[in-house]
Amino acid sequence: MNPYTSRYPGYDVLNKRDTPSWDAITRKVIAQRMATPSEPGFLDVVRWRALEALCARIVPQPADRPQVPLAGMVDMRLQKNAGDGFRYARLPPLREAWLIGLNALDEESKARHELPFASLEHAAQNTLLTQMQHGELSSSHWKGMDATLFFSQRVLPDICGAYYSHPYAWNEIGFGGPANPRGYVRMYYDRRDPWEAVEAKPGKERQAMEKNRRVR
Amino acid sequence: MSADAQDEPRGKHGRAPDVLRVGGWVPMREYLQNDEVDFAIVGTGAGGATLACRLAEKGFKVVAFDAGAWWRPLEEFASDESHQKKLFWTDERLCDGEDPVKLGNNNSGKAVGGSMVHFAMVSLRFRPEWFKARSLLGYGVDWPLDWREMWHYYGIIEDALKISGPVNYPWGPDRGRYPYRAHELNAAALVLARGAEALGIAWTPTPLATVSAPRGLAHPCAYRGFCVSGCSTNAKQSTLNVWIPRALQAGAEIRDLAMVGRVVVNDAGRCTGVEYFREGRWQFQRARNVVVAGYAIETPRLLLLSATSRFPDGLANSSGLVGKNFMVQSNQAAWGVMDQEIRSYKGPPSLAITEHWNYHDKKDFFGGYSYMSQGPLPVVWALTEGRRGLWGDALLKDMQHYNHYVGLKMVGETMPQERNCITLADEKDDYGLPIARVTHSNCDNDRRLIQHALDFMETALAAGGAKDIWRETDDTCHLNGTARMGSDPHTSVVNADCRSWDIPNLWICDGSVFPTVGGVNPSLTIQAIAYRTADRIEALASRGEL
Repeated sequence: MNPYTSRYPGYDVLNKRDTPSWDAITRKVIAQRMATPSEPGFLDVVRWRALEALCARIVPQPADRPQVPLAGMVDMRLQKNAGDGFRYARLPPLREAWLIGLNALDEESKARHELPFASLEHAAQNTLLTQMQHGELSSSHWKGMDATLFFSQRVLPDICGAYYSHPYAWNEIGFGGPANPRGYVRMYYDRRDPWEAVEAKPGKERQAMEKNRRVR
Repeated sequence: MSADAQDEPRGKHGRAPDVLRVGGWVPMREYLQNDEVDFAIVGTGAGGATLACRLAEKGFKVVAFDAGAWWRPLEEFASDESHQKKLFWTDERLCDGEDPVKLGNNNSGKAVGGSMVHFAMVSLRFRPEWFKARSLLGYGVDWPLDWREMWHYYGIIEDALKISGPVNYPWGPDRGRYPYRAHELNAAALVLARGAEALGIAWTPTPLATVSAPRGLAHPCAYRGFCVSGCSTNAKQSTLNVWIPRALQAGAEIRDLAMVGRVVVNDAGRCTGVEYFREGRWQFQRARNVVVAGYAIETPRLLLLSATSRFPDGLANSSGLVGKNFMVQSNQAAWGVMDQEIRSYKGPPSLAITEHWNYHDKKDFFGGYSYMSQGPLPVVWALTEGRRGLWGDALLKDMQHYNHYVGLKMVGETMPQERNCITLADEKDDYGLPIARVTHSNCDNDRRLIQHALDFMETALAAGGAKDIWRETDDTCHLNGTARMGSDPHTSVVNADCRSWDIPNLWICDGSVFPTVGGVNPSLTIQAIAYRTADRIEALASRGEL
């Protein structure tokens, strides 16, 4: 990513790893998350390809930095069968929903383009996802599952929830990240603690980048 | 650090975790399963833990059970939204109805201390008239409790938790000064204040259960902002670090990782104890009295699961109302973008509040609402953006405004409706027990209240300086009702003392007993009721009426 296109150029929350903003348990759980393998442990190869392509459309990541292993994080969740504590009665359980959904996405894609979802152009993928979001997919491959509900209750929360739990995403939005025990002091409008990201004001990107290199 | 709290029970061998010291332990009294203890309490949240503490302090033999783990906040609570899901009740439940609720994070807990371990610390009193909602305000039902008595207990709880709050509270009868000073406001709270002042309504720093000055081993709040993921400094005053340590000191036993699956009732129609699953097997604890305090879903679920041939519709259910009148609180919001940097991730999430519409009766709906400033962390925020349908480039673009977003979020009263209910589904959980089905639909009044709140919050947010305002239209918070208290056995499940009408040694003590829900967060009221219940039990015992 061109650093000047980000609102917080040069900010890296991981520079705070060894400061009083990160404690031992936090370092451990975030290291584990960052080490999530980009390979399937639950899904088969066909569905994995569909999931990877789906993740890339839901959260199109900048190509010039390491990627958040989104598909791996979703697959890990499926391996652990880690539910939310509820599900809409109209949806099947977590694993079943994802298996049906990824399969149906490929089948809908083949029916239109004679190609699986992962092999489509980005624009065609986006079109198909927009149709899913707006209730325009209902072939028998969904096995009675409401595709729109799958999109709103599984696709978006599971993928976006995974993305914004990753330090790379925190860098993009200028989130302070872990904060124990140091916490924060400056609470007022437009005030920033020295260990928080500097926002680049127009024309001041380079200064912001230099300051952000020292944020820790 | 010892073995993971979720793998092995920690309340064992005469000791329990000292949650205030790294790696520490405190002594814990233990009872034999064959000891007929005075009270077996199911659940250690705001109701169960407060009651366990007070009953033990009065000399009763108490064993309390929690399905969740006994965490040590100082070393085991990460500053991380996702990891801290370990505090939530994530066992499956089915949600249906016209407006199915979402569960699992802001409205449930599976840990010793219950959902107070991750509550937002907002500690508010009910408006006095709500205790007579039917007689004085024309909706819902009356409570069997008197507001003046509740006012007395609110004061006790506020002092026990050293609530930080304003010198003068703008609404309702005088309540005196809060024990600890109010916290500094963050920018998000100042936007609420600015909007309220522009519209000519009152606002105040929110009374919060996080200390603004040292207390014992707890330091003042460091404004980490991870409050709803669990407090790793112990500044938050909760069941986990206030009521439970007191309970242990007074001789109560707490059994962690202990899922109660049945309240056992004998042929004479009295409880004899509880069956619970711990360390891989079902076990039985004898008790003279059983208190169910599992919150508004697990409480009715357990009562229904405990059905016998004598009580085929579940325990305490001769009224047919167990599981009925399930009430959420409406939790819609208005969000907008400020020119200034707000960085609402700093500090407790809800530092400012207005209860104007709880105390103002010229409106076209019943009930009231408060609204508060907000501080969503990135995962919660991304899910909120997802609920309005954002993904792809549109999502990434809007997420760039994260540090400039402000929001006003309501806690709105919903009406009790019998069709909103907890029932048993066919699906089973890991314990082999039928899971809960949670059915919820808003009524016309709920919709009018939400519409009023959204309109007003949007106006107030704009008056506070926000632009590009949009509405979050479908969130809920808090769970109440499902075993309401009342004065008539035909129309309620328990009496004012939280004692079931049908089974004299069965009690229910949590948010389930609320006949109406009001427009404020319920935890302070749950604790006040529990504290009062202990006093009532002591009085009944002294008269030989237990």
